[in-house]
Amino acid sequence: MERIVFGTLPYDLAHLLGGVTLLLSFALLSQRRIAATINTYACQAAVLALAACWQGYVQNAPHLYVTGIITFAAKGMIIPVALHRLVRRLKLAGGVDAALGIFPGMALGVAMVALSIMVVLPTTVQSQALTREDLALALSVVMLGLLMMITRKSALTQVIGFMSLENGLILAAVSVDGMPLVVELSVAVLVLVAFVVFGAFFLRLRAQFDSLDVTHLDRVGSAHR
Amino acid sequence: MSAIASFLTLVLHLALMLAAAPLVLGLTKRIKARMVGRIGPPVMQPWRDLARMVRKQPVVADGTSFVFRAAPFVNLAAIVAAATLVPSFALGMASAPMADLLVIAGLLALGRAALALAAMDTGTAFGGIGASREMMFSVFAEPAFFLVVFTLALLAGTTNLDAVASLITTGALGLRISMALALVATLIVALVECSRIPVDNPATHLELTMVHEAMVLEYSGRYLALIEFASALKLLVWMSLIGVIFAPFGIAPRDGDGANLAPWLWAVGLAAWAIKIGLMSVGLSALETTRAKLRVFRVPEMLGMALLLGLLAAIFLFVSQGFA
Amino acid sequence: MNGLALPVLALIVAVLIAVGPVVSVMRPKFAGWGSFAMCAIGAVAVMAYLIAGAPPQLLSVPFGLAGQPSVLALDGVSGLFLLVLMMAGTAASAASLDDQGHPLPTAPAFPVFLGGMALTLLAGDAFALVAGFELMSLASFTLVVTNHRDAGVRAAGLLYLGMAGFAALCLIAALALLAAHGMSFAAIRAHPPEGLRAMAVLALVVVGVGSKAGLVPLHIWLPPAHAAAPGHASAMMSGAMTKVALYVIIRLVFDLSGPAQPIWWSLPLLAMGLASAILGALRANIETDVKSILACSTVENVGLITIGLGLAMAARAADLSVLASLALGAALLHICAHAIFKTLLFLSAGAIQHGTGTRMLARLGGLVQRMPITASAMLLGAACLAGLPPSAGFASEWMLFQSVLGAVRLGGIGPQILVCVLAAGLALATALAASAAVRLVGVALLGRPRSQLAATAHEAGPPVRWALLLLALVIVMIGLFPAAVLGLADPALRILTNTSLNTHVGVLTVSPAIRFPGYVPLGVAALLALAAIGIAAVLRARAVAGHRAGPAWDCGFGASPTWLPFGDPLTQYSGGGFAQPLRRVLGGPLLSATTTLDMPQPGDTRPAVYTETAQDPSELYIFAPLANVRATVSGLADRMQFLTVRQILTVMVTALVVFMALVALMEQL
Repeated sequence: MERIVFGTLPYDLAHLLGGVTLLLSFALLSQRRIAATINTYACQAAVLALAACWQGYVQNAPHLYVTGIITFAAKGMIIPVALHRLVRRLKLAGGVDAALGIFPGMALGVAMVALSIMVVLPTTVQSQALTREDLALALSVVMLGLLMMITRKSALTQVIGFMSLENGLILAAVSVDGMPLVVELSVAVLVLVAFVVFGAFFLRLRAQFDSLDVTHLDRVGSAHR
Repeated sequence: MSAIASFLTLVLHLALMLAAAPLVLGLTKRIKARMVGRIGPPVMQPWRDLARMVRKQPVVADGTSFVFRAAPFVNLAAIVAAATLVPSFALGMASAPMADLLVIAGLLALGRAALALAAMDTGTAFGGIGASREMMFSVFAEPAFFLVVFTLALLAGTTNLDAVASLITTGALGLRISMALALVATLIVALVECSRIPVDNPATHLELTMVHEAMVLEYSGRYLALIEFASALKLLVWMSLIGVIFAPFGIAPRDGDGANLAPWLWAVGLAAWAIKIGLMSVGLSALETTRAKLRVFRVPEMLGMALLLGLLAAIFLFVSQGFA
Repeated sequence: MNGLALPVLALIVAVLIAVGPVVSVMRPKFAGWGSFAMCAIGAVAVMAYLIAGAPPQLLSVPFGLAGQPSVLALDGVSGLFLLVLMMAGTAASAASLDDQGHPLPTAPAFPVFLGGMALTLLAGDAFALVAGFELMSLASFTLVVTNHRDAGVRAAGLLYLGMAGFAALCLIAALALLAAHGMSFAAIRAHPPEGLRAMAVLALVVVGVGSKAGLVPLHIWLPPAHAAAPGHASAMMSGAMTKVALYVIIRLVFDLSGPAQPIWWSLPLLAMGLASAILGALRANIETDVKSILACSTVENVGLITIGLGLAMAARAADLSVLASLALGAALLHICAHAIFKTLLFLSAGAIQHGTGTRMLARLGGLVQRMPITASAMLLGAACLAGLPPSAGFASEWMLFQSVLGAVRLGGIGPQILVCVLAAGLALATALAASAAVRLVGVALLGRPRSQLAATAHEAGPPVRWALLLLALVIVMIGLFPAAVLGLADPALRILTNTSLNTHVGVLTVSPAIRFPGYVPLGVAALLALAAIGIAAVLRARAVAGHRAGPAWDCGFGASPTWLPFGDPLTQYSGGGFAQPLRRVLGGPLLSATTTLDMPQPGDTRPAVYTETAQDPSELYIFAPLANVRATVSGLADRMQFLTVRQILTVMVTALVVFMALVALMEQL
């Protein structure tokens, strides 16, 4: 990692790609429409794939290219297409119902990013600047994914928030030198599994309650009790 | 010698800005028309419109005061002053010591306040609606832009635009997340300030959707010419500002740090400026043809986003710069 | 010659306080003339003193506590504030002469008010400070209740008196804590407070004296009180009295508490300053009374000044002396600018009230036609309020922003993020103030008259016009030559931060960093003038001259019918309409603003009713709970009256037992 120093192209580009991933997390948080949310998610996955490939080049680690390709294929293409089809099938193309307003949500997001930075920076004083900042960025993406899951009512947008959280994990994984491929594969599979599970869950929700609003589940629980 | 050269640069810069402003507007209109499959008006059309408007005698609404008649002058003077301060193709102009980013923002605010007051002076509903919305937008746009200035000033140690630009030109900063975030924030603010889609539609006269056009509804003749020219110049000022801060490629460097003002540096600077403005016009046209206008109350939300991005830009600067 | 400044000023104070009211009672006309003469002489004397470099002076006067003499002192800090006070006082006294032969019943209080403020500034010991502060409070209370037949004025006066009492309590307590080793400032300086005592002093000064300055959360007395007082009195209250309160904060917290205070001392100042700036500016956008708008903007400006003070304090504690003097310089420059332009604005508001008989935006409009001089002065003041270059407001706000920028050197990433938030808040406050200024001018002065009152307005009398002209001249000079004002403030900066701004201030420029050029107000003004001349020349050469008059097109609405002599008022934007977008976006979260529309069914003949409410958060979260507590306590006391004998005895015995237990406990400790 001696090659990677502050102010050089490898550093700057890696940093910038991480930053764009974070920016797209904010874009996700600020979207109102489901279709736009899915597209933004696809963009984020594509940028993440680029970041992985760039890290592969910088670290001279070919397996990261594989990670990049998998990420791009699975999250940049297959999942968004499938989600778009799901939206059409379930006729969900209305607005996204945010539990919190868009601006308060965004402000909370900025506060979370500030918090992640303040947590990561002091604890990683010894490590190189690149890893430190990429870890801060990755943690921020994870936190924003969590925030999206909290602030959205619709199950579909919650799933997207969950997958954007996964993106943050991948970002952390690729920016650390010498991460074995197995982990990435398992993460990718995990996402796919989760996706399938949530897909089935949508169908049930839709069939039973004619809506994807998870507050209905609470009502079921209380009725049984 | 150096003083004369910097003065000459300033004169050439100002002449070019003034001459090019309506052309950039014409170019944007032309590209937009092409994108939707029309031929569109010639690029020179805004200049012809201005020349025609100047020859018409204006009608001044009854009951208006000197504010109504003075506002177009104040507005244009403020924007011309801002145009004098924002470098286009060369740094180190004679106006560089005054080119403070906050002063530029203040001058644009002065122009805006003059137009808003003139709109209130007509005593009509449309003037009021335009003025009130314009001031609301500025309430959110100003903090966002100030945070961008804050980020730049942290990098350069000053709010002087010329100093900021020459620091960025040296390439010592590299690619920065902060700069990317600040760029997005600036673009949003610029769209709002220049009343372009998705904030305002410069082509419409559908009353309830317009902001800037509603303010200037009562103007005609030479007054209208001044206002149209001012808004064209404002667009060019913002484009040059974005160019000089975020893409200072090819700009002729300051005299004094060894580089003499060779004519070929000017030529490169001019070409680079023309290319940058052209690309930005294409980008603006593409944006305007693909996006719909936002509801008025979505605009503060968008500006709020710009504000938060500005905040993030500063925060990331602290991280990478290690100011602590 | 120079040694004369303090005796002359002391004499002026004595004349204002002792002779002024007596003479005014006999010859009411003399109140204005006398104050005018005294203030003019004072202004000249202080100006000469400041130009000469402001060497500190002391004077012992034989009026004090129980036979002791008390000390008057003059130095760079008090000199600068006195200059501002005397200038504003000159203009306001001149304006008070315009009484149309009906002197106000409270006219004798005006010289006392001026004298009280001057005495506070001249005080060299705790007694003189409290005496001056209280004279100022009482005299201004008298002026507030001038029109006491109005119930609203009485309510405003009562609230003001209560808050003034609270401020006095805090000030006396703070001084008692400080003056453990002697009443004179020299003695206090020799023994600065430490530890818990210092914290108590800070809390008392910031809360108590801060309430006098109009700092959030104890600012709610300010808009009604400043609106209720007559024009020249409210001008002095907003323009000068808030500055005197700020002076007391500076004197007690900066000067007397010593430079060795910790950095967190700046936090309360910064937080209250930012809250005041944003809340004041937002309320200025929503208020419907011209003077209330101006008063809310005073809250905003006091907030901006306090932010400057807080930054200066933090920088001084962190040993960044240049940054400290820059921030303090910004605060002092803004104090000077605001004192002058707010006096100007309040005098014009007074003239509007005089000329139309109303202060409500909903009844004004089109005044620029009938009151051109007042309206032009107000336009100038509003430009300063909005912070537009090259006005005085922009110069000080520019400096303030520069010092916020420098404040990132104060600490780690946490403080840095807070500084970013501060910068955003500052920008938001100034932008809100600009919007408020446009609304004030646009609705009150421009457009068409909204009522008979506005349509038949008459221009202010010559004294007010001269006062406005004087202030306008001063404020233009401050705007174009802020460096000169900073030169006058240099002795104050050297006293408070041990650093001079001389190296940062040229004749024409102000610059935060020596390496880089700064703000050149005259250059900006020249650029604007050149551009305007150029435009005019081009138009002269190419455009047709003259214009035709015609009815406003208004998208085809056309001219209004003849039976509506002022046009159709309902199609003109009102103050409420102008405020609506901001009210909707920011008013909801910050002011709990609500709007309700009562729309009758079709066929129903009753009118539709649209109501708007907004409540200041400090009213909601501080004053309303306090009122509840008071109600509970008085309810309890009420119930005590109806206890049986046995119960009363029980209460008394319990009290006795508790007291004895406390005593026993104290003895154990």
